[in-house]
Amino acid sequence: MGKKITIEPVTRVEGHGKVTIYLDDNNNFKQSRLHIVEFRGFEKFIQGRPYWEAPVTVQRLCGICPVSHHLAAAKAMDVIVGAGTGDGLTPTAEKMRRLMHFGQVFQSHVLHFFHLASPDLLFGIDGDPAIRNVIGIAKMHKELAVQAVMMRKFGQEVIKVTAGKKIHGTGAIPGGINKHLSTKEKLNLLIGQDPMNIDKMIEWSLSGLEFFKNYHKDHKDIIDNFAAYPSKHLSMVRKDGALDLYHGVLRAIDSEGNKILDDVDTQDYLEHIAEEVRSWSYMKFPYLRKYGPKDGWYRVGPLARLNTADFIPSPLAQKEFELFKAYTNGKPNNMSMHYHWARLIEILHCAEMMKELLNDPDLLKGELVTKGKKGNEGVGVLEAPRGTLFHHYKINEDDQITMANLIVSTTNNNIPMNLAVESAVKQFISGKNEITEGMLNAVEVGIRAYDPCLSCATHAIGKLPLQIKLYDSKNNLLDIKTKNDE
Amino acid sequence: MMNNLPKILFYGYGNPGRQDDGVGISFTEQLSDWAKMKGFKNIDFDSNYQLNIEDAENISSYDIVIFVDASQEKDISDFDIAQVKPSCKVNFTMHAVSPSFILNLCSEIKKQIPQALLLQIKGYKWEFQQLLSERAELNLQKAITFIKNKLEKYLEKSNLDRNYSKIFLK
Repeated sequence: MGKKITIEPVTRVEGHGKVTIYLDDNNNFKQSRLHIVEFRGFEKFIQGRPYWEAPVTVQRLCGICPVSHHLAAAKAMDVIVGAGTGDGLTPTAEKMRRLMHFGQVFQSHVLHFFHLASPDLLFGIDGDPAIRNVIGIAKMHKELAVQAVMMRKFGQEVIKVTAGKKIHGTGAIPGGINKHLSTKEKLNLLIGQDPMNIDKMIEWSLSGLEFFKNYHKDHKDIIDNFAAYPSKHLSMVRKDGALDLYHGVLRAIDSEGNKILDDVDTQDYLEHIAEEVRSWSYMKFPYLRKYGPKDGWYRVGPLARLNTADFIPSPLAQKEFELFKAYTNGKPNNMSMHYHWARLIEILHCAEMMKELLNDPDLLKGELVTKGKKGNEGVGVLEAPRGTLFHHYKINEDDQITMANLIVSTTNNNIPMNLAVESAVKQFISGKNEITEGMLNAVEVGIRAYDPCLSCATHAIGKLPLQIKLYDSKNNLLDIKTKNDE
Repeated sequence: MMNNLPKILFYGYGNPGRQDDGVGISFTEQLSDWAKMKGFKNIDFDSNYQLNIEDAENISSYDIVIFVDASQEKDISDFDIAQVKPSCKVNFTMHAVSPSFILNLCSEIKKQIPQALLLQIKGYKWEFQQLLSERAELNLQKAITFIKNKLEKYLEKSNLDRNYSKIFLK
């Protein structure tokens, strides 16, 4: 008898997703889908609002990555106020924004790796779910838990001093930034009391990488083979090919490393990227136009960024980048679990860059805002923690927003996440007579590698129970298991 | 005022861009203004979109922490306040965590935990707007009045009860 299994919602990701797995009469894989079950109306909501509100207003979209939306919207508004497309800001404004962004990526990646992903590594995908979480980590590997907490706190402090406040930060404004860093704020982050200083953050970033690399040595099977599949990769890179999380040009490569898109101005993204709607999910499916909806999908995020970039412009991260590239002989890395490795290298890069910026006198003085000739359309692109984030706005003569298009990082990874689910089902569930919690967690591990933020792609409110539904081939409900939220 | 006062933290969380979800933040903002006016030096205020793991460290130096959140619970008519016990129960959306989870993590990494309460204020509307609904605003004011009375009565006493949590229950 054929079976349909539903995992709803997926755990340890942000927002609400549902996975449906169809098995045939012999319990072999037939089809799987990651559904996004809530509708996002934000692009409509923001129409009619004055453009200068956008960098603050878009933070309503998500409490997980408000800084990414804040900065992407501000970059789009820079274009509208005539301050250029990313390189027209004053040195102070650009560096303050970069510091804010590095703080955001740093704390977001730390949360994901130490809090969400490491329990699966340390306790096993099929480990006891009662301890397979950060409390389990704190009990068994206290130093890792303490590091995660303090690194998160450090990143949040960086955001606070650059964005002005923790909630609905106002730091980035159209054409620049609204504050300098004070000497006290700078010194607190540079030489604050142990462990809250940048040197400790760099030290811990290195030890996090060592932890992963040692784990990898002993668990090559799961890290290299789980949810591995060839794909295209897309990200923004600096003009000279360096990893750049804040500004650059668009580049995409195929699974063999050939550049299939290069040196594309972010303002022209629509000439190269389109989105498809499918009936079974509210999340759209972006693709590269020249390859069409079927073959044009790509991955974004840390793995894609390290695949597309030629080098990393900070010395310690560059050394790690070279090891990362050598592992696949310079070819693109198509292993989903290597997202974690790439993420840890980016944590180190962010820490190094924060140190460089904190020592930069431009943060303490200088002009804050650039003004120019106002236009009526702007695109802001950012490499957010989870991948490339597009904000596109048009305004009318009354300065009201008339069009908004947001392609968030998680949306870019829609098909890759679906393929990760398929891969996990084939590896762990297909052909088995009994479905265990560990097998279902394997599906979630595949999705979790992408660190999806479904709140950004939808708007999650309320709490849902975890439901696993088992149907026969005629869609009769055979079994239902529910795990209640708090 | 006495020197040996307990250190109290009010921690509101939620997204103020999502109507009543921001009622916890409004609570801390309004109570903070009042506490400043009263000169209560032992009371701190913090807020964020959601609780997260670093809050385990942030709460560790306090005697009592009162988390303030919006609620959709049917059983709550205006507001409710209850003790929080450490728990390792995992939420589904693990980017954000619960007060009991924070308390548990605090006990694991700091080996000391504050007494903790969760003040839940009933909300009704959750759209992309910044103003609270009228009913949530009413509930907010009731909760603020309740806490103000508790704080004033408690801090006036010369012999302070060290079972802090009990003081603030309804």
